[in-house]
Amino acid sequence: MTQLLALLAEPTLPKLPPSDSFWLPVDASVTTRNIDWVWDFMIWMSVLTTLAIFVAIFHFVTKYRAKSRVANELAEPSAEHNTALEITWSVLPLFVVIALFVWGFKGFVDLRTPPKDAMELHANAQKWKWTFDYQCARGGLTDDTLHVPVDRPVRMLISSVDVLHALYIPNFRTKQDAVPGRYTDLWFQATKTGEFPIFCAEYCGTSHSDMLSHVVVHPPGEYETWLKGACEKADSLVGPERGKKLYSQQGCETCHTTDGTPKIGPTWKGLFGKTESITGGPSQHVDENYLRESIMDPTAKVVQGFAPSMPTYKGKLSDKDIDGLIEYIKTLK
Amino acid sequence: MASPSTTADAAIPQTKGADDNYLTHDKGFASWAFTLDHKRIGVMYLASILTAFALGGFFALAVRTELWTPGETIMKHDTYNQMFTLHGAIMVFLVIIPGIPAGLGNIILPLHLGAKDVAFPKLNLASYYLWIIGCVCMLTSLATNAVDTGWTFYAPYSTTTQTNVLPAAFGAFILGFSSIFTGLNFIVTIHKLRPPGMTFFRMPLFVWALYSTALIQVLATPVIGITLLMMMVERVFGLGIFDPALGGDPVLFQHFFWFYSHPAVYIMIVPAFGVISEIIPTFSRKRLFGYQFIAISSLAIAFLGFLVWGHHMFTSGQSVLAGTIFSAITFLIAIPTAIKIFNWVTTMYKGRIHLDTPMLYALAFLWVFTIGGLTGVFLAVMGVDVHLHDTYFVVAHFHYVMMGGAITAFLGGLHYWFPKAFGKMYNERTGRIGAIIVFVGLNLTFFPQFILGSRGMPRRYYNYLPEFQGLHQLSTIGAFTLGIGFLLTAVSLGRAMKNGKKAPNNPWGAVTLEWLTTSPPPYYNFHTPPPVTAGPYDGYEDLVYDEKIGGYVAKKKA
Repeated sequence: MTQLLALLAEPTLPKLPPSDSFWLPVDASVTTRNIDWVWDFMIWMSVLTTLAIFVAIFHFVTKYRAKSRVANELAEPSAEHNTALEITWSVLPLFVVIALFVWGFKGFVDLRTPPKDAMELHANAQKWKWTFDYQCARGGLTDDTLHVPVDRPVRMLISSVDVLHALYIPNFRTKQDAVPGRYTDLWFQATKTGEFPIFCAEYCGTSHSDMLSHVVVHPPGEYETWLKGACEKADSLVGPERGKKLYSQQGCETCHTTDGTPKIGPTWKGLFGKTESITGGPSQHVDENYLRESIMDPTAKVVQGFAPSMPTYKGKLSDKDIDGLIEYIKTLK
Repeated sequence: MASPSTTADAAIPQTKGADDNYLTHDKGFASWAFTLDHKRIGVMYLASILTAFALGGFFALAVRTELWTPGETIMKHDTYNQMFTLHGAIMVFLVIIPGIPAGLGNIILPLHLGAKDVAFPKLNLASYYLWIIGCVCMLTSLATNAVDTGWTFYAPYSTTTQTNVLPAAFGAFILGFSSIFTGLNFIVTIHKLRPPGMTFFRMPLFVWALYSTALIQVLATPVIGITLLMMMVERVFGLGIFDPALGGDPVLFQHFFWFYSHPAVYIMIVPAFGVISEIIPTFSRKRLFGYQFIAISSLAIAFLGFLVWGHHMFTSGQSVLAGTIFSAITFLIAIPTAIKIFNWVTTMYKGRIHLDTPMLYALAFLWVFTIGGLTGVFLAVMGVDVHLHDTYFVVAHFHYVMMGGAITAFLGGLHYWFPKAFGKMYNERTGRIGAIIVFVGLNLTFFPQFILGSRGMPRRYYNYLPEFQGLHQLSTIGAFTLGIGFLLTAVSLGRAMKNGKKAPNNPWGAVTLEWLTTSPPPYYNFHTPPPVTAGPYDGYEDLVYDEKIGGYVAKKKA
C-alpha cells in the first residue's frame, strides 16, 4: 500500500485525460481520422454478430432441447445444405472484410505518410527512458518530455540504443517500434492542447512499465517561447546543476539512485573517491577519469555485482555535460 | 457408417476375458514407461499436460494477483517479468500445442480409424519422452534464474538479458521435435491405417483437424527450431545474427519467429475445431451441417496460416507493401472461420439437443470463439492495429481464442471421451457446474482486458496508471473464478476416475468408430477394422437408449 501511495504521489506519472468514449481515449490528433470511425463500425458489427449468434444458439437450445435420453427423440429431417443460405453467409462477410481491408489500408498509409512540411523531432529509446532532441539556436537540447505545437504536423524519428522499444501515444492512435541499428518514424498533428501519456509498448525488460513520458501540446505561439526558454536554461546551467538536470533527463535515474540504494547500477551516493571491485579486473579507485570512461565506454570496467547493461553516451553528451555529471556525483557524499 | 452395434460384437476382441482392457492389460511401472500402446501414451501425455497446465495456471494467478494494484503488490518487477514469461512459455509449448493432438488425439485417433495403434508406436513414445525432456529444460530455467524475455524470445533482449534464457529456448527446441514426431506419426496413420470403406470424405472431422494440424507441425516447426538455435548461438558465441550491436537484424528474428508461431496458432486451434465438430452433432442427434466445407476449410486455414505471419509486425518497421499483403491474406482466413461457426450453429437447428457437459463446453466455445474471432478482425485492420498492437486488447483477443477456444474445446473433448478412455462416468452435475464457472470466469477475466487495451494499456506492464485499476481488479477476480472452475473440474474428474459409475460403450449415442469398442477399449482396440459404409455422422436413428446400461445400443432389426 505504501508503494501504491508513493506511485500515486509521483508527480511525473502521466494522466490519461478523461474520455467520453467508453472504448477509446480522447482523440487528440488528425491521425485518428481514419481509425475511430472504423473502430465504431467494427464494434457495432461485432455486437450485432455476437448477439445474432447468441440468439440463434439460445433459440435452438430452448426450442430443440431433447426431453430426455429415454425418450429417444430423433432430429427432425432438415437439409444438409442450403445453397442460398450458404452463399449469403459466405459473400456477405466477404464484402465486409474487403471494405475493412480497404479502410484499414487507408488508415495505415495515412499513419505512415508524414506530410512534407512536418516539423522533425528525434525520439531516443533506451532502457528505460524516452528522451527527445530539440534544435536550439545554438546547439541542441535533450529533454525527457515531448513538447510540440498544436495544429502542426510533427514527424518523430525514432531510434534505440539497446533493445526493441515502441513509442506509443494512445490519444494520437499511433505507435512505432524503436529498433536498434535503424531509424523508424511516425507522425501526428495534435488537435488539442494539453498533456497526453507516452508509453513504451514493446517489452524491454525490468522497468518496461516505467518507461513512461508525456507529450505536452502547446497552444499556438507558446511552443517557440517554451523552446527558447528551455534552450537558454539548459545552456546557462553549469557544474553540478547541469549534472543534476542531466541525471533525470538522460535517464541516469532509471538505474542509479542518489540515496545509497543500489538499483540496476551502483548508487551515486558516496561513489566518488570510493574503491570498487571490478568484474574480471583489478579494483578501481573512482576518480574523474574512471567516471568519464564509464560514461563513454560503460562496459569497460563494470562494478562487481552489476550487469553490463548500460549503453554508451559517446556522442550524446558534450564535454560540458560530462563535467556537469562528474561535478554532480562529487556533491553526493 | 454401418449402424454401430451390428459390427460391434465382431469388433471387440475377446482375448483375456471380458474385463481385460488397456488399463489392466499389463501392470507395473515399466508397463507404462515402456508402453507402445497409443492409449497409454495418450494418458501419460494427458497427465503430464494437465500438470503443466496447473503450473502455468499458478503463474497466471501470480501475475493477476500482482496486478491487483499498480506498483508492488506481492512481487518485484523482475519476478513479475519472469512469471508472465513462464506462464506464456508453459501454456504455449507444454500445454496448448500438445494438448489436443498429443493428449486426446493419441487416445482417439486410432480408435476413430478402427485401427490397433498409430503407424509408428515407438516414435509416439519417443515424442512423449521428448516432451518430458523439453519440460525438464524449461523447469531448469525456472529453478535457476528464470527466463524473462516473454514467450516470444525477441532479440536482442533475449540475447543480452542476464536471465537463464538458454535452457528455456533449448526446451522449446526439444518440444518442437516432440511436436514434429506426433505430426509425422498422425499423417502416416491417417493415410495408411484407415479402415476399409473410409474414404477421406468419410473421415470424422476430428481426424481432418488432426491431419491439417499435423501438416503444420511437420512443415512449420523446423523453422522455430533453427531460429531458437541461431538465437542461442548468438547468445553463447556472440555470432551476430539478430543483435545490431553485432551486425545482426532484430526484425529478422521476428520474421523467423512468426513464420512458425503464426501457424502454431492454428496448431492450437484447428484441433479444437475438430473436437467441436464431434461434440455438436452427437449432442444434437443430427448430422453435421456442411461437413465437406468444414473438412476442406481446416486444410485451407492450415495453408493460409503460413502466409500471414507479418500481421504480428505492422508496427515493427516492416514496409507498407508487406503489411498490406499480410493484412489482405489475414482477412481471407476470417471467411472460412466465420462459416464454420455458422455451420456449427445451424447443425443444432431441428436437432434434439442434450445439454451434457461436453455440449456446454461446445456452446461456450461458440460464444467465446465468436468474440475471439471478431476481435481478430479489429487487429487485421492495419490502421486500427497500430493503436491496438502490444496492448491488452491483443492479450484479450488471443486468450479468448487460446484459452476460450482451445482450452474450452480441450475440456469439452476431455469430458466427451473420458468415459471411453477410462471406462468411468464423471458426475454430470459437477461437470456442468465446472463448465459454467469456467465460462463465467473466462469472460470476467478477459473481457475487461479488451477495454483496458482499447483505452491504451500496454501489455507486459508491471506498473500501470491508476485509472486502469478497476478493470484490472475485475480481471483478477475473473482469473480466480476460472481457477476455482478448473479445480472443481479436476476434483470431479479425479473422483470419477476412482469411483465413477462404469461407463457403457456408447454413453452419448455417438456414431463414430471409437464408440463401437468397449469402454475402456481392449489393448488391441479392434479385432479387425470395422468396415465403413456411410458418412461419419450418419446413423443416429439406428441407435436406441438403453436405460439399464445408461448408454446407446443398436436398434433391434424387426
